[in-house]
Amino acid sequence: MAPVPSTSSQSLYDPRRHVRVDAERARDVSSTDFPGYWPNEDHSWNLAKFQEGLQVKVTRLSKRSIEFDLVGVDASIANAFRRILIAEVPSICIEHVYVWNNTSVMVDEVFAHRLGLVPLNVDPSLMSSREDDNDQPTDRNTLVFHLQVTCERNKNAPKTATDPAEVYINSEVLSSHLKWVPQGEQEIVFADNPPAPTNPNIVLMKLRPGQEVDMEMHAVKSVGKDHAKFCPVATASYRLLPLIVLNPKKPVPPHLAEKFRKCFSPGVIEVDPITKAVSINEEQMRKETMSREVLRHPEFEGCVELKRVRDYFLFHIESEGAYTPERLLPESIKVMREKIATIRKAAEALRSDSGGSGDVEMRDS
Amino acid sequence: MAVDGDDEDWEHAQTQNWRGLGLTDPIKSIEDKWLLLPAFLKVKGLVKQHIDSFNYFVDVDIKNIVRANAKVTSDVDPRFWLKYTDISIGFPTRTDASSTDFSSSSSSVTPNECRLRDTTYSAPILVTIQYTRGKSVVRRANVNIGRLPIMLRSNKCVLAGRSESEMARMMECPLDPGGYFIVKGTEKVILVQEQLSKNRIIVETDPVKGVVQASCTSSTHGGLKSKTYVITKKSKIYLRHNSLHEDIPIVIALKALGLSSDKEILLSTAGSSQTYTSLFSPNLEDAAKLGVFTRHQALEFVGSRVKVNRKMPFGGAGGAGGRRPAWEEALEALATIVLAHVKVDEKKLDFRAKAVFVAVMTRRVLMAMCDEKMVDDRDYVGNKRLELAGQLLALLFEDLFKTFNSNLKSSIDKVLKKPSRSTEFDAFTSLQFLDAHLTSGFVRAISTGNWSLKRFKMERAGVTHVLSRLSFIAALGMMTRISSQFEKTRKVSGPRALQPSQWGMLCPSDTPEGEACGLVKNLALMTHVTTDVEEGPIIGVAFMLGVEDISLSTGSEIYAPSTFVVHVNGTIIGLTRYPSRFVSQFRKLRRAGRFSEFVSVYVNHHHKTVHIATDGGRICRPMIIVEGGRPRVQQGHIDMLKKGELTFDDFLHKGLVEYLDVNEENDSYIALYEPLILPSTTHLEIEPFTLLGAVAGLIPYPHHNQSPRNTYQCAMGKQAIGAIAYNQMNRIDTLLYLMVYPQKPMVKTKTIELVGYDKLPAGQNATVAVMSYSGYDIEDALIQNRASLDRGYGRCQVLRKNTTLIRKYPNGTYDRLADAPVDENGQIAKKYDIIQMDGLAGVGERVDPGDVYVNKQTPTNANDNTFSGQAATVPYKNSPMSYKSPVAGNIDKVMITDTENEQTLIKVLIRQTRRPELGDKFSSRHGQKGVCGLIVNQEDMPFNDQGIVPDTIMNPHGFPSRMTVGKMIELLAGKAGVLCGKLQYGTAFGGSKVEDMSRILIENGFSYAGKDMLTSGITGEPLEAYVYFGPIYYQKLKHMVMDKMHARARGPRATLTRQPTEGRSREGGLRLGEMERDCLIGYGATQLLLERLMISSDKFEVNACQECGLMGYNGWCTYCKSSKKMAQLTIPYAAKLLFQELMAMNVVPRLILDDA
Repeated sequence: MAPVPSTSSQSLYDPRRHVRVDAERARDVSSTDFPGYWPNEDHSWNLAKFQEGLQVKVTRLSKRSIEFDLVGVDASIANAFRRILIAEVPSICIEHVYVWNNTSVMVDEVFAHRLGLVPLNVDPSLMSSREDDNDQPTDRNTLVFHLQVTCERNKNAPKTATDPAEVYINSEVLSSHLKWVPQGEQEIVFADNPPAPTNPNIVLMKLRPGQEVDMEMHAVKSVGKDHAKFCPVATASYRLLPLIVLNPKKPVPPHLAEKFRKCFSPGVIEVDPITKAVSINEEQMRKETMSREVLRHPEFEGCVELKRVRDYFLFHIESEGAYTPERLLPESIKVMREKIATIRKAAEALRSDSGGSGDVEMRDS
Repeated sequence: MAVDGDDEDWEHAQTQNWRGLGLTDPIKSIEDKWLLLPAFLKVKGLVKQHIDSFNYFVDVDIKNIVRANAKVTSDVDPRFWLKYTDISIGFPTRTDASSTDFSSSSSSVTPNECRLRDTTYSAPILVTIQYTRGKSVVRRANVNIGRLPIMLRSNKCVLAGRSESEMARMMECPLDPGGYFIVKGTEKVILVQEQLSKNRIIVETDPVKGVVQASCTSSTHGGLKSKTYVITKKSKIYLRHNSLHEDIPIVIALKALGLSSDKEILLSTAGSSQTYTSLFSPNLEDAAKLGVFTRHQALEFVGSRVKVNRKMPFGGAGGAGGRRPAWEEALEALATIVLAHVKVDEKKLDFRAKAVFVAVMTRRVLMAMCDEKMVDDRDYVGNKRLELAGQLLALLFEDLFKTFNSNLKSSIDKVLKKPSRSTEFDAFTSLQFLDAHLTSGFVRAISTGNWSLKRFKMERAGVTHVLSRLSFIAALGMMTRISSQFEKTRKVSGPRALQPSQWGMLCPSDTPEGEACGLVKNLALMTHVTTDVEEGPIIGVAFMLGVEDISLSTGSEIYAPSTFVVHVNGTIIGLTRYPSRFVSQFRKLRRAGRFSEFVSVYVNHHHKTVHIATDGGRICRPMIIVEGGRPRVQQGHIDMLKKGELTFDDFLHKGLVEYLDVNEENDSYIALYEPLILPSTTHLEIEPFTLLGAVAGLIPYPHHNQSPRNTYQCAMGKQAIGAIAYNQMNRIDTLLYLMVYPQKPMVKTKTIELVGYDKLPAGQNATVAVMSYSGYDIEDALIQNRASLDRGYGRCQVLRKNTTLIRKYPNGTYDRLADAPVDENGQIAKKYDIIQMDGLAGVGERVDPGDVYVNKQTPTNANDNTFSGQAATVPYKNSPMSYKSPVAGNIDKVMITDTENEQTLIKVLIRQTRRPELGDKFSSRHGQKGVCGLIVNQEDMPFNDQGIVPDTIMNPHGFPSRMTVGKMIELLAGKAGVLCGKLQYGTAFGGSKVEDMSRILIENGFSYAGKDMLTSGITGEPLEAYVYFGPIYYQKLKHMVMDKMHARARGPRATLTRQPTEGRSREGGLRLGEMERDCLIGYGATQLLLERLMISSDKFEVNACQECGLMGYNGWCTYCKSSKKMAQLTIPYAAKLLFQELMAMNVVPRLILDDA
């Protein structure tokens, strides 16, 4: 596209801080603030500087999701949290299904698979995970659920009813039909929050009169990389903060102001009703979806530059399991610290080069 | 003020209206005229051609056949006769029920019961007979003479006219098209066969030999087929026919047919045209040279060349008095064999019509000799006829019925021959025991597909096929398939090429690749195949409209400049001088419903003929009639259609819509869209996308794709795993693939809705990122998201049927089922742990490899027919059914039933649930197949600003060379559909517009191009390139690694050669073939060669005698009777076998040994 204007110093474009968003490609996506990249500059890591730059700010918190800004870290750190949230924060899910009876239309494996995907409200910190498949189930590592549903004709239903929910009893197997069967000391441990699906209204299967399911389920603790059902989040992702910079040298022509505004997400661009002058609403700028629509129109060429701030991460996490959304990031930090501790131990062992084999036992490699 | 005045005028103009139309109104086009299509399909169904044809056979044709063979007489007793007065087909019944359990009122059988019980879905053929018993004439109604397999959804099927809930009760899928048969439990389709049309003159030239020939294949109902040619040889014209030894000069032939004077012959062939006359006159001289002047001489000439190979079929009517005079032979041959379809009155011996026919053939040859353009195109669809199930069954029935009658006759004769009988002879008794012949004849023909009817010189194999139930589309595609009868191996491109005349009739995309490319075709969505219509009344109508009888006209009249010859089904009936008036009046009568809508009429201006066709097998399709530049279908009609006040048939009866066959279509002027109607336009297309078939109709935006891609998709759509039918859980098929979570496509087409693919889909809407990821996506490999697979993407089930019979043996013993055997410790062996008390595995149990699931035991003396002891006391041996697959499965269903011959049948359905793995094959709907190359963890996948992670990553190199723009638009439309919460349309020549889709994307904050800014899941940094990202409908194909992977170290060997067996199913070795061998030889790796080809294969130690060179045994030469010079050497066993075989042929191979 258009070559970088010579006046780039004036446009707030800073390839060290910003990712440039052109019409057909993004530029300067990688950070360069590491030692040895820029001659005669010191980019060695500095705690004080890091603390000064680091910023975490929650922008929205609801029962199931959280949005927060993570500023001043490298993409690799932000990405590490994201990855850990998806793959390594543990949660509890149904893993083994023992089918006593299943006369429904759904086959055992498929129903078991569906049961596995039901998120449970069990705090994983209260349970330990099984070491391997042959590990004996105990009250510390296994929760037992029972599901027994029989569909019958509802004798009290009005004659004219056609809705299956009216005509039949238990026409749907819902997640609320899962009954927790306490084992050992579980009754005390889980007293204040008895294990159950987080959402009681998940339709697992439909039944018709004469059909019955009767099964026992064992839920265990594991992590997302084992199976996606153990992933505690629905979405854990981030995007970079958008930055829209108007070129003061080439203002948007007044008659095109409205069109210009429509090229961005609602609220991002403000048009003065009288002068038709275009300005950016700094607060709303983060809402911009970076559709790059403005770059499509030749009449706006040079009027505006799109960028994203490279170290400003707008995180969005939706919790789908036992964790409250605000707990998820600390959990991921906890996992990361454990990993770092392992690495440190390994590194120290290498450095000390003491006797022994020199092998360091790594957990969860 | 002036402005105001203008406004007033404007207002005035707007208020003025005529018939409710304002002057300024935009010209309205008929909205939703495509609704005619669902209306059409509602009436006719998707496989109307099969069902109509079968209905015609059952209702009309079978009666004609019986009428033609109604009488059975006896050679012994001339007073005896038996007559069939009526025939009808009953409704399908259970055969065993009728014999054992008469009391049950409903022995009616459902198709699904037949499928499950391996029985035949057939109905009794009931006749009414009259025959003599002694001196009285007896009449018996509803005599069962056999059983006819019934086509599903035909009017004799129990499913005809049933509602969806009734179908559900019968375990039948309402979306199943029907049109097939169930024979011995398997679903069989009689494929549509394509043939050259009968009784029509086809003129061809051979430019190499310079031969022009007009040929005509005559076919009368139930009669023999024979081909008559009028050909040129050294620029003279001859008549050629199979029953004539040599070619007859055309003039002699015409003289024999009663055109006596040369003048008449010249007029009726060449007419008055100077060029034709000069071209023809040598033929006249030829006849004179041969001394043939009169009709009698001509007949003598022809008669001496007639092949007499008949064995007097008609009961020796001619007597054994030897040869008849030659002229009589000629008369007979010309009347009945040559051009048999042109009827000659037997009493009057009026050859006029036949003479004119031959003369016209001759004239066509003359025309082609002068002008090369006057030849016909064999590949033209109008010259083709489709033979359907009904016609094939009619032939089969006629053959079987004739044999049945001759069997009946001989059995009656046998009884009547006996001089004294105690009771009066009742022919009914002999009739009763013959019903197996018809029944087994039908069953055999349909189940083997061999139509060998000696009587009609018909020997066809592969007429029927097992209905493919791989997917719903596979079954549907099979029902619309047309296989070409001729030209299988010929290397000409003509028959395989896309014919312009197949527009709208045959699908241009749906044809297989490779050998059968272009020869196997598929019907388009709206095509209909005609059935026979009686031609008598139509001829009457033609005469009524002013056609002059041909027998009253001379050659000069026939070829007069303004006269047009009128043909009905190829035979010449008369002349008209006002062809366009005749045709338009004829059409008017047809539109008024005075005769069948499937009768076609068209004018051929090149040949100056008017053709009326009433025969069956013509391809036709409906079109909106346009009159005076206005389509006759108006918005009001469509509105009424929407409300359900009109059906498609009403449109037909009201003359708004009519069927056009290929020939008439080419005589019409058809507008593609309403705005394109010109004053000369005669018809309007109902909807252009109907030119595609049902299978090609699934492709979104096919008009943006490179054409072969659509063809590839047509082949692949049939391999996609999905939902098969609503009754898929109640079926027990040999092999059934089902998808666990099928989805309806985000981008659908109208065809998808019409065929019901949205209700029985085969695929899932995968979120696709078109980008490169690692190196595991080259060559069309796909990257899959592990989390998606965890959540059920691409998950499928494979169900396999295992059958066994619990047999009763002729010696009184029988098989039995036993419970699991217990060892001495009271333990049940692991492989028996799923066997329950009844000897069968429990439903839902997991079957591990090697497990027994039917613990059957067979008596040790089952084949010992001398055994006569107590059946209960015989010793038994185990003959269990054990699970073979290397991957565990689950018992899905166990069924026990009785077959038709009272054997107990056990079917066990075993299910495997599979998640996609490395190497499984996937494909989009654009002929873009690929295997899964890598399964990536979700955290490693790229994600967009919303946090959406793709299910599949596709390499962009798949696009430039394939040019599947349709796939890109599908992605765009799919993405837009997701964002606005609507399903989008990708219908051919229509569908959602890219512009609209882009607008939706922009409105929802996405880039108009569909490209998203992604962040790498590995580095966490944004990707430099924007990535085309959105949903594409992906199909999982049936080819899965699990069914293919194979390796072996050691294993079984073939007994004869002692070499490793071949093929995965026999746990075979991997062949080091010729080319690999050549490489090793070239490289000089002798030891490796030796190892691969002998040591690891069929190494054999042999003793050879150095004295005689023959092979010995155990260090002993049996030839030399010595052990002195024996040497041991290693050779391939195959070599040893070769030596022995040579010796058996009296060739002695000697092994001369030498130390190297």
